[in-house]
Amino acid sequence: MRVQAETFDTAAETLALTEGRTDLGAVVTFTGLCRDEGGVLASLEIEHYPGMAEEEIGRVVEEAKQRWPLAGVTVVHRFGLIKPGEPIVLVVTASLHRTEAFEAASFLMDFLKTKAPFWKKQHLSEASSGGWVGAKQADDAAAERWKA
Amino acid sequence: MKALYFAWVRERIGKAEEEITPPQGVKTVADLIGWLSGQGEGYALAFENNKTIRAALDRAHVKHDAAIENAREIAFFPPMTGG
Repeated sequence: MRVQAETFDTAAETLALTEGRTDLGAVVTFTGLCRDEGGVLASLEIEHYPGMAEEEIGRVVEEAKQRWPLAGVTVVHRFGLIKPGEPIVLVVTASLHRTEAFEAASFLMDFLKTKAPFWKKQHLSEASSGGWVGAKQADDAAAERWKA
Repeated sequence: MKALYFAWVRERIGKAEEEITPPQGVKTVADLIGWLSGQGEGYALAFENNKTIRAALDRAHVKHDAAIENAREIAFFPPMTGG
């Protein structure tokens, strides 16, 4: 579980969870990428709350481990200046069977979208700043579906 | 206690963090928002639509009716857009 400015290597992170293991039946990875929004976005600036970001991600990872039998979980979230095409967030889940790996990865992403203290600001290709991205109701609704 | 501000809350207030000493009567997060709103124009602007402002006490999400008690750190920010 890491919060960092640098980019990450999905294949290397996957290997870190699976290398040397023969018990696993499933590894699911989700990589969130920076879209150019139809060519309009020059870059995304991601602000975060150092300390709370790590704690909050840690809390939701613990919750995922309570809810599903997972052999391994990795979450990496970047902050700082991100260009279109670059990765922003990574979720890797490893387990014996595919159901828990898929569901836990989806659960983690829904919570990262609504509870992790990060804020995105768009910088558009034209000279003016695009402004702060607004939270989406759809993301809150997606997070709600995991409540028992 | 330490107050931290993020995203456009930080931009409107004009600072990322500061030490604050709320008066006796300030017991809850809502009370604190009320008191901070009176500290200047930037604060008033930041908290004008206070229903959309989220808060965290000692790095844990809290509702506006939460008691501040001996918390060392409070943060105010817009709804999060991580992930």
